[in-house]
Amino acid sequence: MSSADLTSERDLPQRETATEGDVAPEHDGPRDTGMDDASLHRWLARAWRTPPGIIGALSSVDHKVIARRYLITAFIFLCLGGLNAVAMRIQLSGPQRGLIGPDLYNQLFTMHGVTMMFLFAVPIVQATGIYLVPLMVGTRNIAFPRLNAFGYWVYLSGGVFAWVSFLLNMAPDVGWFAYVPLSGPEFSPGKRADVWAQMITYTEVSSLAVAVATIVTVFKQRAPGMSLDKIPLYVWALLVTSFVVVFAMPAVMITSTFLILDRLVGTHIFNPAEGGDALLFQHLFWFFGHPEVYIIFLPATGMVSSIIPAFARRPAFGHLGLVLSLIAVGFLSFGLWVHHMFATGLPKLGASFFTASSMLIAIPNGLQIFCWLATLWDGRPVIRTPLLFVFGFFFIFVIGGLTGVMLASVPLDLQVHDTYFVVAHFHYVLIGGSVFPLLGAAYFWFPKITGRMMSERLGRWHFWLAFIGFNVAFFPMHLVGLWGMPRRVYTYPAELGWGNINLLISAGAVLFFLSFVLFTFNLLHGVLKGVPAGDNPWDAGTLEWATSSPPPSYNFTRIPIVTNVEPLWAERDALPVATGLRVDVRELLISTVAEAHPDIREKSATPSIWPLLAAIAVGGTFLYSIFTPWAVVWGAVPIAVTLVGWFWPKGDPEDEE
Amino acid sequence: MRPGTAMLLFALLTLAACQREERDTRPQNSLGSGEQPTPVTTLEPGGQRASASDNKAASFEANAFHLSEGKRLFSWFNCSGCHANGGGGMGPALMDQKWLYGSSIESIHATIRDGRPKGMPSFRDKIPDDQIWELAAFVRSLSGNAPSSAAPQRNDDMMPHPSENRLPDAATLGKSP
Amino acid sequence: MKRLASTGFGTACVLFLQGCSGWQSALDPKGPAASELAWLIWFFTALCAVIWVLVMIALAAPLLMRPRTRSEPLALDAGADHRKLRVIVIAVGLTAAIVVGLTLLSFFANRTLAAIGSDAALTIRVTGHQWWWEVRYEDATPSRILTTANEIHIPAGEPVRLLLTSTDVIHSFWIPSLAGKLDLIPGHINVLDIRADKPGVYRGQCAEFCGAQHANMGTFIIAEPRAKFDAWWNDQLQPAGPPTNGEAKNGADLFLKRPCVMCHRIGGTPAGGTVAPDLTHVASRQTIAAGTLMMSRGNLAAWIADPQGVKPGSHMPVVELNGDELNAIVAYLEGLK
Repeated sequence: MSSADLTSERDLPQRETATEGDVAPEHDGPRDTGMDDASLHRWLARAWRTPPGIIGALSSVDHKVIARRYLITAFIFLCLGGLNAVAMRIQLSGPQRGLIGPDLYNQLFTMHGVTMMFLFAVPIVQATGIYLVPLMVGTRNIAFPRLNAFGYWVYLSGGVFAWVSFLLNMAPDVGWFAYVPLSGPEFSPGKRADVWAQMITYTEVSSLAVAVATIVTVFKQRAPGMSLDKIPLYVWALLVTSFVVVFAMPAVMITSTFLILDRLVGTHIFNPAEGGDALLFQHLFWFFGHPEVYIIFLPATGMVSSIIPAFARRPAFGHLGLVLSLIAVGFLSFGLWVHHMFATGLPKLGASFFTASSMLIAIPNGLQIFCWLATLWDGRPVIRTPLLFVFGFFFIFVIGGLTGVMLASVPLDLQVHDTYFVVAHFHYVLIGGSVFPLLGAAYFWFPKITGRMMSERLGRWHFWLAFIGFNVAFFPMHLVGLWGMPRRVYTYPAELGWGNINLLISAGAVLFFLSFVLFTFNLLHGVLKGVPAGDNPWDAGTLEWATSSPPPSYNFTRIPIVTNVEPLWAERDALPVATGLRVDVRELLISTVAEAHPDIREKSATPSIWPLLAAIAVGGTFLYSIFTPWAVVWGAVPIAVTLVGWFWPKGDPEDEE
Repeated sequence: MRPGTAMLLFALLTLAACQREERDTRPQNSLGSGEQPTPVTTLEPGGQRASASDNKAASFEANAFHLSEGKRLFSWFNCSGCHANGGGGMGPALMDQKWLYGSSIESIHATIRDGRPKGMPSFRDKIPDDQIWELAAFVRSLSGNAPSSAAPQRNDDMMPHPSENRLPDAATLGKSP
Repeated sequence: MKRLASTGFGTACVLFLQGCSGWQSALDPKGPAASELAWLIWFFTALCAVIWVLVMIALAAPLLMRPRTRSEPLALDAGADHRKLRVIVIAVGLTAAIVVGLTLLSFFANRTLAAIGSDAALTIRVTGHQWWWEVRYEDATPSRILTTANEIHIPAGEPVRLLLTSTDVIHSFWIPSLAGKLDLIPGHINVLDIRADKPGVYRGQCAEFCGAQHANMGTFIIAEPRAKFDAWWNDQLQPAGPPTNGEAKNGADLFLKRPCVMCHRIGGTPAGGTVAPDLTHVASRQTIAAGTLMMSRGNLAAWIADPQGVKPGSHMPVVELNGDELNAIVAYLEGLK
């Protein structure tokens, strides 16, 4: 945009229906001001459509298309990780069972952890954000749409890379946190640990890309009037998560890069004999690893904060308190990584400090729980499947949170660290704290994404099956952990008396898995035969429900103006709208960070095949780099070529200036 | 055509990876006979006679697990006592391109099994046959004769020399006999 | 649903009691450290259970209320919200108080644990190997330094100091009924003080993933009265006794001729390998293969004949022995009391 344009907008008085860009440059095209709905739809649909054909599909930069791909891919990885888990549970269902040997078992649990953490949990919460954040803030596309597309392709190839290596008997077998020296050069021959290292670095690139796009979308593309205090809680959660991603992910990328340097280049970063230290790895890894838990959990709290108001029929109680506790959790999550390392023999006073900081995080999390409960206290809520899953979340996550308090205590942790108690704890936290809200969110936003409802009856069956299966599978793990069963064992002796309870756990695991089969069926049934949903089936209050279901490629016919944190409840008749955007090209309204005053109009990137090509070049480089460090040199060439293609000047007015 | 190429590439990768990543801890059950052939004499002065070729040889040489087992045994069985991490001391160096009895894995196997003049003892019956093959494969990797994608990496010890996977490839240098 | 819950609770109780009698259970403490920790576990569990029940009541309460009658979600009752705010402030205050209390509690528990071994007279160095434990009893007199494997005898009622380290990967030493776990990290030496109040056999196993045979890396602590312990130490210092019968003598010869001698040590014979467990008094131990099999003639034979079947991936190789040779070696080892 020209600077003249910019000042002209700033000088304008802020009116109820914002007007902007009155002083249009000569070369401007048609605007949406005063245009009727039908012709507006025609113009916008042509400007924002994803081109037809396979090349068109591959070059799509529509945040909804990318997010749908993310969601489906992550769901497939969830199923694969779940199959891993079922295989492990069958092996552990009795003592000394010989179905799976240690070599395969170690690959199975590593793939289970890696898949669930890096290929399912983080991508799916980010994918939900990619879909919903632009809709909730009332904009037409995510910021940096091509970077977003690039992120998806990188993630996809990283995931495929990991699973192909599993098929090739080449999957990492050192646990998802791959401690050195076990994953180091001496004790992990072959390429298995290299696959772990590069695959981690790789998928975190995609995570970072999404985080950056989310932050910029939230800060600069909010609908006029959506000042910081009117941002929906879900968007706040994604914003905080994205900042945590930006600060945490580099730590793990450094860890995995150090590891591959040790393995491939022969550095001695983790070699105690040459002055390195094995514990350095653990510090670096958990500096990422603990925030990782909150990266997965915080977006889920956002989902809970979206679902509860819709069914409790009132705005969330303590909006400000919820936002502040999100931010507090985001900060505190970086101060408690050492509680994963209490058994390494750290100085006792230092360890006690981390007891205090780990316990501290219970306070903001407690505040969140109390606020949600207070939201529900206004009378009997409308009980539908999404809310059932939120109830399941409370039931399970609170147990996980409280066992987390137990683990934060140094002496207590020494008994339960690395046992099945911890396995139970983090499944309660991650499945209870993230998967249950995600399932609720799936039922909640499915009508928005597909335009059809999922079956309520199947949904209730699904909930009870998942709830019972989960608790039967994971609650006994607390006990078996206290009885002395360490995690990551491929078998156990019959004399220790863990046989019966493990059989019970395995039965629960099978039930839990079946609940996902039912869920898949319900999803397919919903897509094909669901009842048409309409724009706002739950009568919820946030902006994503203002547009049609599924939303058109341009999201909103006119950019809404926000007057309340639940705009659809405040403006029952019709949302006020802002006009003045061009309709013949992709144009976004950029607003100020704090007050969301309309600021400038900005072009949004058009579809491009280059992000895919760049991702292929990056993927090839990473793959090659598990064999030789020279890959970095040779791989730089195709990456440079694709990036030049990507950023080649298009001759837009902005570029000419 | 594109799916076909992809399939072919996939199949090739599969084969390559399987051989490198397989961790067979009981190889004599699946490969070879496991019996050590009876030698004609117990002493073979300057003997050029290598061990009978065994299909273990080929599969061990490209297998990361067996090579690393060889590296572990090299230190466990105190080969370094004379060969000093491959650099040579009382015994000849193993990381150069000079081979007194040929560079084939079969002759190295014979050297370890039957011993050689001037001090190399015979480890017949002292080391299980599989482990002799593993040691032989590792000894070859000391001079860059193993694929770098399978050759052992550095140990968590003081560094005596660049790790085996960092050595230049003997074949490309053209120095291998 | 209710019946299901009560059945579930009943099953849980039965399972629970079953677990308490285990010899590798954190809930069955046999020493001061584990007792302190068990108390802490129960206290935390009880407190957490109370909190959880309160939260669940708060969650269930709206289900019993009448449905909201107001149709407009934004029409809020300011007075009710103000009361809720007061409840929330109190709840957050309580949370903070509980958290501070628990932090202090665990800090003081930590001090209690640290005080246990302050006057330990006996120092034992435990070195982790893939996948067994090397145990060395330190003594000022070099001739009294004793090396054994996998089973740690200690005098009951006395504090013992364990120095934990590793030569390969990270392991973790954990005897649940005596003390919490502590890692064995190459390049580090960690100090763990333990005390067993009563004589007994306490099982533990490696608690940090250490590779293929992590699952079968068990260890035992055998607490005995002081006199019995001293006698045991003196016995263990003796070299292995000579084989008693013909078959065992044959076995002793085979041990030295075959690959066994490359890795294992038997005191008083030329076998001096240090990379595998010391076998000087192997038959005096209760288990073989790091707590995997009970010591018996049959298990010894099974382990030697096919170690890769018992512990796939372990460093004990398959050695070709015919039946007679196997029997002879087993007979010899069986005599190494």
